[in-house]
Amino acid sequence: MSYYAQWGSFAVLVVFGILLYTLVMVGNRIFRVNLPHPEKLTTYECGVDAVGTGWAQMNIRYYVFAFLFVIFDVEAIFLFPWARILGNLDADSVISPTFVLIEMFVFIGILVLGLVYAWRKKVLEWE
Amino acid sequence: MTASLPALWDAGVLEALVAQSASLLTLDNFWLSALLKILLCTVMLMVVSLVGGYLEHKAMGHMQNRTGPMEAGPHGVLQLVADGIKFIQKEDIVPRAADPLVFAVAPGVALVPALLGFLVIPLGPGIWAEDLELGLFYALAIGSVGVLGILMGGWASANKFSLIGGIRAAAQLIAYELPLILAAAAVAIQAGSLSLVDIVESQATMNIFGTPVSMWFVFPQLLGFAIFVTAALAELSRPPFDMPIADSELVFGYMTEYTGIKFAMFLLTEYGGMVFMSALISVLYLGGWQPLPGIGLPGCEAAAGISDCGALGTVLGVGIMMAKIMALIFVMVWLRVAYPRLREDQLQKISWLVLIPLSLANIVVVAIGKVAL
Repeated sequence: MSYYAQWGSFAVLVVFGILLYTLVMVGNRIFRVNLPHPEKLTTYECGVDAVGTGWAQMNIRYYVFAFLFVIFDVEAIFLFPWARILGNLDADSVISPTFVLIEMFVFIGILVLGLVYAWRKKVLEWE
Repeated sequence: MTASLPALWDAGVLEALVAQSASLLTLDNFWLSALLKILLCTVMLMVVSLVGGYLEHKAMGHMQNRTGPMEAGPHGVLQLVADGIKFIQKEDIVPRAADPLVFAVAPGVALVPALLGFLVIPLGPGIWAEDLELGLFYALAIGSVGVLGILMGGWASANKFSLIGGIRAAAQLIAYELPLILAAAAVAIQAGSLSLVDIVESQATMNIFGTPVSMWFVFPQLLGFAIFVTAALAELSRPPFDMPIADSELVFGYMTEYTGIKFAMFLLTEYGGMVFMSALISVLYLGGWQPLPGIGLPGCEAAAGISDCGALGTVLGVGIMMAKIMALIFVMVWLRVAYPRLREDQLQKISWLVLIPLSLANIVVVAIGKVAL
């Protein structure tokens, strides 16, 4: 099966998904009632008038989590080709499976070191 | 020691990377087969997830000593259809403070990836839309696009509850995506493939010391299975991991300002996600469409059978896969009823300090096992 046929159906599905969502929204526009009232457009805050803007300050910890995530997610991209190849190697391969194994363990070891550092810096536990 | 890519290619290691299994839905006419594949994905999103939603209503009802929906259709089977008809007639309210464009697009950004995920899920022998070589990677990547819609919805609402819910959801989804990916990588190591069809097949014909054994990956990788299911629950924001929409703290999190059809689209995304994750768990760990370990479908030549199972085997295979999906959805509902909600800091701690180190250790053990056996 050709590469283009496979990803072609992916592209068709993307277009279909967008059309589906548009269709549902247009359908809603046709069928819905419309009884505007200014009170309906206020921001919900437990029934009282909203204080200040909704774009409030956020906890800085979320930023650190996002940072850690990027590091580990890039690692995952590196991990999948390795996982795919590992089982196909044998003693006759260009590179020996043991070498490939140890290479990845060094890599994972460095990552674990980073995780331990973050943990010792107390960014993973909230007080 | 040098190992360039062309050298690996010459050694025959990468040759298998271009082989894919054809689906029964692939016809000579590209547009006709694309239509069939769209139909398959849409049925999974629009029909199977409604069945899952009905299962949730009923199972929760009976666990809480009530009957659940009873009015629409026999035993309330049409309840969610009636809900859909109700939602499409509802007034569309966009708060004055909200960012109208982002507010309107956000449910679509969450919904479309939920549809796209079903492209690679194999449902039975020959019944899948596409057997992508990168199937597992694709499934995990598409599954994480939906968080963008949630974050957009939470931010655009210009509501404090929505914003906190959206940020919580984003932090939770990225924290639990890592154990999910790492557990799935261990499956890829054992199967030696990223194609979901190959993964199902390799659970029927695993080679241990030169003897072909049928072994579902849940048995050798019980730890990985536990990590994957926990992380999948958190990815779906299902209780006990539903802090992003914790109703006693945040009203309804990122969906607080959403009403009518846009709210329904977020709900459909959630149920579609449940079906998708259950299907992925079945494929990765529970042998896909195989009835029992070691027992193949009738009419199949190989133990797993790829696309030559005959009408009976194919229908039976799809039925078994659906039964597994529904059983897993039932377990998710059961957990929802049985456990109280975690606290936000406990949630992050469980992922970073328990699940991620465990899943890294899991990869190491599986990789050593793969090379040693």
